[in-house]
Amino acid sequence: MTFLNFLISGISLGSIYAIIALGYTMVYGIAKMLNFAHGDVIMVGAYICFYAVSRFSLPPVVGVILAMLVCTVLGIVVERLAYKPLRQAPSLAVLITAIGVSYFLQNSALLLWSSNPKVFPAFFTTESVDAAGKTVTKNGIQLFDGRLNISYVTIVTIVVCIIIMVGLTLFTAHTKMGKAMRACSEDKGAAQLMGINVNGTISMTFAIGSGLAAIAGVLLCSAYPTLVPTTGSMPGIKAFTAAVFGGIGSIPGALLGGLMLGVIEIFAKAYISTQLSDAVVFAVLIVVLLVKPAGLLGKQVREKV
Amino acid sequence: MKKKFVSFMMAMVMVLSLAACGGKDSDAPAPENNDAPPATETNDSASGAAFKLGGTGPLTGGAAIYGNAAKNGAQIAVDEINAMGGIQFELKYEDDTHDAEKAVNAYNALKDWGMQLSLGSVTSKPCEATSVMNFEDRIFALTPSASSTGTIEGKDNMFQMCFMDPNQGSASAQYIADKGLGTKIAVIWMSDDPYSKGIRDTFTEKAAELGLEIVSDTTFATGNDTDFSVQLADAQKNGADLVFLPMYYQPASLILAQANAAGYAPKWFGVDGMDGILTMEGFDASLAEGVMLLTPFNADSTDEKTAAFVAEYQKRFNEIPNQFAADAYDCVYAYKQALEAAGATPDMSAEELCAAMIEQFTSMTFDGLTGESMTWDATGAVSKSPKGMVIENGAYVGLD
Repeated sequence: MTFLNFLISGISLGSIYAIIALGYTMVYGIAKMLNFAHGDVIMVGAYICFYAVSRFSLPPVVGVILAMLVCTVLGIVVERLAYKPLRQAPSLAVLITAIGVSYFLQNSALLLWSSNPKVFPAFFTTESVDAAGKTVTKNGIQLFDGRLNISYVTIVTIVVCIIIMVGLTLFTAHTKMGKAMRACSEDKGAAQLMGINVNGTISMTFAIGSGLAAIAGVLLCSAYPTLVPTTGSMPGIKAFTAAVFGGIGSIPGALLGGLMLGVIEIFAKAYISTQLSDAVVFAVLIVVLLVKPAGLLGKQVREKV
Repeated sequence: MKKKFVSFMMAMVMVLSLAACGGKDSDAPAPENNDAPPATETNDSASGAAFKLGGTGPLTGGAAIYGNAAKNGAQIAVDEINAMGGIQFELKYEDDTHDAEKAVNAYNALKDWGMQLSLGSVTSKPCEATSVMNFEDRIFALTPSASSTGTIEGKDNMFQMCFMDPNQGSASAQYIADKGLGTKIAVIWMSDDPYSKGIRDTFTEKAAELGLEIVSDTTFATGNDTDFSVQLADAQKNGADLVFLPMYYQPASLILAQANAAGYAPKWFGVDGMDGILTMEGFDASLAEGVMLLTPFNADSTDEKTAAFVAEYQKRFNEIPNQFAADAYDCVYAYKQALEAAGATPDMSAEELCAAMIEQFTSMTFDGLTGESMTWDATGAVSKSPKGMVIENGAYVGLD
């Protein structure tokens, strides 16, 4: 039973990594750049949703939609101002810019919303009245007389992850815009010659990636409810690791990588040592990358000379 | 076109990043949009005849809540003292973003400004770096809240207003044993934080001495501080009836929420870093019901001095002051008392003041908001008695 409980904790942590990793992998797969500011867009999304729901008492759904809208616009603006002028620059310059954007967003959030931590409201709870007439708030499903607890957030996160994964796969495989994205990812110059609006396509990629970030932000903060301006940065880095683990650029890989990272992390804590858990996680990552340098589901792309 | 774009971008980033480190100018408002009177302007008239008091602290960044609290607390004390006439202070805080390297730069800026007396740094990690400079430059420092052992170790002119971490650990163990709060104890601590580790180490040592059994000892670290299911399961499995949490309130709030979700309800015992948990926006105070902690300062106290300070702080900054604000407030008053006793004048050099302050602080007794009849020993550690508090109906209530 404890094993099952740990497995569920691992999956719930992993599903959060996975949903963030989807955004990373999507932008990397198409724009071929690591958007290190992704974690901070998540934080912005979470703050927007927090204020919409807690301060303006809007329904959670409206809060999420609002967060998605703001993040989408933010993603497009950041891309236009910070990344587009560097389209021809070496990828290292873009990478550094992305780190700069990340700090910029964190510090702006600090100025706007201060460093005082906020506690994110719980969306995924059910209320029932027990025998004594007392209202009981439940945040998950209890199995085996309460010895096993699966929280609603975990279930929602996994379902959302799968929907997004399938949606993105279908989108890139079957729509015209998706085709344009794949073309841009293969060869920007050739895509342009074929009449594809490369800038528009990349903007679209960032818009989608940032919209996903907003959803990830809400789910991250629903699972772990403290919200500070640095909330997105560490999970962002872990999710990036998950994306690399699963094969960066591969959409199903992000889901797999995220879940595996979460489960390994919890098992390492539970069965090896709480102090060594991160060391174990990254040791596994190194071993995987030694055997499969492109990650679990990554494609080995041969450089043409 | 592209060039224009780039230069526009650069300009924007520069302007905003300047704004982002607004804490550097003491007259820029702190992030919590306070409408405090600008620090330097009020005191400029007095400069020349005022003691230059400088300190570094995280005014921006993840730990900004502590730096701003200390700065605000010190500012209130300085304004009050200056209004009394007699000794005059000029206060300047520099931002160190809770980073050791930036703290040294901030310290150097203060030294160039002509700092005569120092408030060290607000948090432990940066203070361990600046205290070395204080020692080498012979500038006396009294830190409000940097509590690690390394802060004062081997430096005769570094003093603390807060408990040293080890003392907190042993005091907590003593308190638990004296009051019979629990016999089987679980400890969850943060392995990459000297504050947390320091308390945990002496707690464990003292607990063994007192016959308290530590049945579970688990850790977490930066970047690994969101999921506590394993730590809690371990404590529960080993039958712990009390969980000791030597950490700041942010991870503690997650631990309380996750334990509640898992239906685990032991007794909780925290340390001064737990102070602030009730002021978190949106925090469900019922989760913290029954949490006990040792803290030197209680904002709900009916004590006259405390009530006046809390009222003034609320008026100016729109928040309830935490322990850091009270510690910094006490620091300035302790300086006032020591300077008066030593008959010091603002034209004395930092080195002369340093010698006088060491002599005063090791011999004087000080009554402040964070403790009565505090004394300091030659190492710079303070001796004062902690107050046991318990959270009841969303407020701190004294345990004794």
